Amino acid sequence: MSHGPATKWGEDNASPYKARLGVYLFIFYCLVYAGFIVINVVSPKTMGVSVIFGLNLACAYGFGLILLAIIMGIIYNHMCGKKERELNAPAGGDRS
Amino acid sequence: MIYTASPLAIGIFVAFVLSVLTLSSYFAKKTQSSKGYYAAGGTIHWAVNGIAFAGDYLSAASFLGICGMIAFDGYDGFLYSIGYLAGWVVALFVVAEPLKRFGKYTFTDALNYKFGSKGIQLTAAISTLVVSVCYLIPQMVGAGDLVTPLLGLPHYMGVILVGAIVIFIVATAGMTSTTYVQFIKGGLLIVFSTILTIYVLRHGLSLKPSDSFHSLVSIPAVLEGDTITSVEDSSYQVTGNYKKDNLHFVKLDKQGIATWWHVTGTAPNVILKETLSITKAADGRVLYNGDLKQAQKFFQVGNASKIVHNGKEVSETGPLGPFEYLSTIEQSEIIRFTKSTFQDANDKITIWRQNPTSGKEVLRPGLKFKVDKGADFMSRLNFVSLMIALFFGTSALPHILIRYYTVPSARDARKSTIVAIGAIGFFYILTLFMGLGAMLTGSLDLESSNMSAPLLAKFFGIILFSIISAIAFATVLGTVAGLIVAASGAVAHDLITGFMGKKMTDREQVRAGKISAVGVGCIAIILGILCKGMNVSFLVGLAFAVAASANLPSIIMLLFWKKTTSKGIAASIVVGILTSLGIILLSPSTYGDIYGLPRSAAPIPLDNPGIISIPLGYITLIIVSLLTQKKSQTS
Repeated sequence: MSHGPATKWGEDNASPYKARLGVYLFIFYCLVYAGFIVINVVSPKTMGVSVIFGLNLACAYGFGLILLAIIMGIIYNHMCGKKERELNAPAGGDRS
Repeated sequence: MIYTASPLAIGIFVAFVLSVLTLSSYFAKKTQSSKGYYAAGGTIHWAVNGIAFAGDYLSAASFLGICGMIAFDGYDGFLYSIGYLAGWVVALFVVAEPLKRFGKYTFTDALNYKFGSKGIQLTAAISTLVVSVCYLIPQMVGAGDLVTPLLGLPHYMGVILVGAIVIFIVATAGMTSTTYVQFIKGGLLIVFSTILTIYVLRHGLSLKPSDSFHSLVSIPAVLEGDTITSVEDSSYQVTGNYKKDNLHFVKLDKQGIATWWHVTGTAPNVILKETLSITKAADGRVLYNGDLKQAQKFFQVGNASKIVHNGKEVSETGPLGPFEYLSTIEQSEIIRFTKSTFQDANDKITIWRQNPTSGKEVLRPGLKFKVDKGADFMSRLNFVSLMIALFFGTSALPHILIRYYTVPSARDARKSTIVAIGAIGFFYILTLFMGLGAMLTGSLDLESSNMSAPLLAKFFGIILFSIISAIAFATVLGTVAGLIVAASGAVAHDLITGFMGKKMTDREQVRAGKISAVGVGCIAIILGILCKGMNVSFLVGLAFAVAASANLPSIIMLLFWKKTTSKGIAASIVVGILTSLGIILLSPSTYGDIYGLPRSAAPIPLDNPGIISIPLGYITLIIVSLLTQKKSQTS
């Protein structure tokens, strides 16, 4: 059985752009996250080095990963919204 | 430890329960269609959905489990916060919009949107049930664990209580009432965690956190040969010595109460350090620090043994800013406790001995996960595997994925995910301060790390304790409600309507969903009672590993690889479930903690399966899809 979504919407011309942008941002975040794992495994003592505001690398990197996810999410939403307005504008009522 | 039920906690909990039951009854009249039952009509505002995401995701494992782990093992517990949050990036950038675009009520709908395959319906529904049940059990066990100390009820009553309330919430108004319960709970959790963190920072660090704090005692002793023969305090009599490896414990008797002490230093400067102990006597009695539980001698612990603030050694710091709080801990020394067990004649002894640990070690990885001292290849591989499963598991949890169908559009799905990341990320930052706060304010019950956050709240007053306790219950309610909606959707929508092809009217579909919710809820209650005492972190880890291995390869490949076939997806789900479950069931942790066998007897030396089972899911999907290309194209 195959059926459509729970709600209806029009054509989203920005979809390919959003998917591509999402993949790029995902890869970027993956690399930052992988860097965190690699330092933990290869040189755990480096995580104890003080880096900023008296915080060691472990805390700064951990907070950084959380804040980076939030900031990247806001940027992603802004760029997607802009592209949606640009490419879907004539449709008017498009909600996707 | 013995806890006394707080009337205020009971009152707040009852008020919360009554309000969510009223809310559910109100929405019940509006939930007549399957769209209303499974997807809240697709009309939830993205901001409400975002906070409801947080309420759904921040389970007892996040609130009680992570805070407890940080309180006992420092930064290593915070690694869970980082991994759990990072997983939302996958959800936002890769999964959110396409899943909303292709699906209707369940995650199976999205996987099957272009195939209409019975195989996908069956395997994805089974995967949803396996992951949901693995996630449900720890929530129900956690509910039972909470109700005993806080409401004074037996474990099974807690499980039945939570089960009955959640069945009512789900069976009356499905996803609509579940959404608002999660929204309220998510909001309350974040607000009161913030308040608790502010209290922690205002309190700062102190060698003696409160007047009632039990300061640990040290006694000089005489060592003759390798045996302690007497102690300086003549009120104590030496009645036993126990030595194993490099550990030496001595049993002292004072007024008929036997306590165990840790021998430190070398002759002639031998010092006995106070420990906490539980003795399971051959006659069935259980003694806490040598006395019955009711005597309440098994005191709470957790404090700094040395505080260095702005380069000076001090006894207390006063209020600190968040960064200053962490940097002060890093320069200080904290008393942690290390557990040992041994046999003394016919008695089984469990001892927690003081383990002074530098703040530097507390605030970097290594105390729980062996990546530094004593690390080997397998311990490092385990760590990497865990971090991978946490990262990829979030966006494949069925109860999280169904929340994309409750908003009107794909754009709203994206926005609600960003709100969720903000709310959840903020909460996870707070977990570090709450966990360290518990570690340094004498808020640790060595028998149960899960009680660290409520006990921290108790340190700051009974009102905060009552509210945090009630929120802890609400946390369980919100997550269990989401899980039961997901599982009932898998049974009623995917299996009965989809796989078995039973024709039903819209009203009949809603009734099937409600009956399934009652059935799943009853099974959850039974499993919650049967699994009492089981390690809850183990089961949550299992759910993440199965979700990441069974579901994510299918979602990702369906979106990004055009040659993906229905058989490839079904095979990948089956292989993902079997390999992840198989590795966990044959792992050293399961052998040691669940089966009670030697860890070395485990045939697979890996505890976390992600690093093997996730790639295997992808490989299976690619191979089977390539092998079934012609058939699928023909069909």
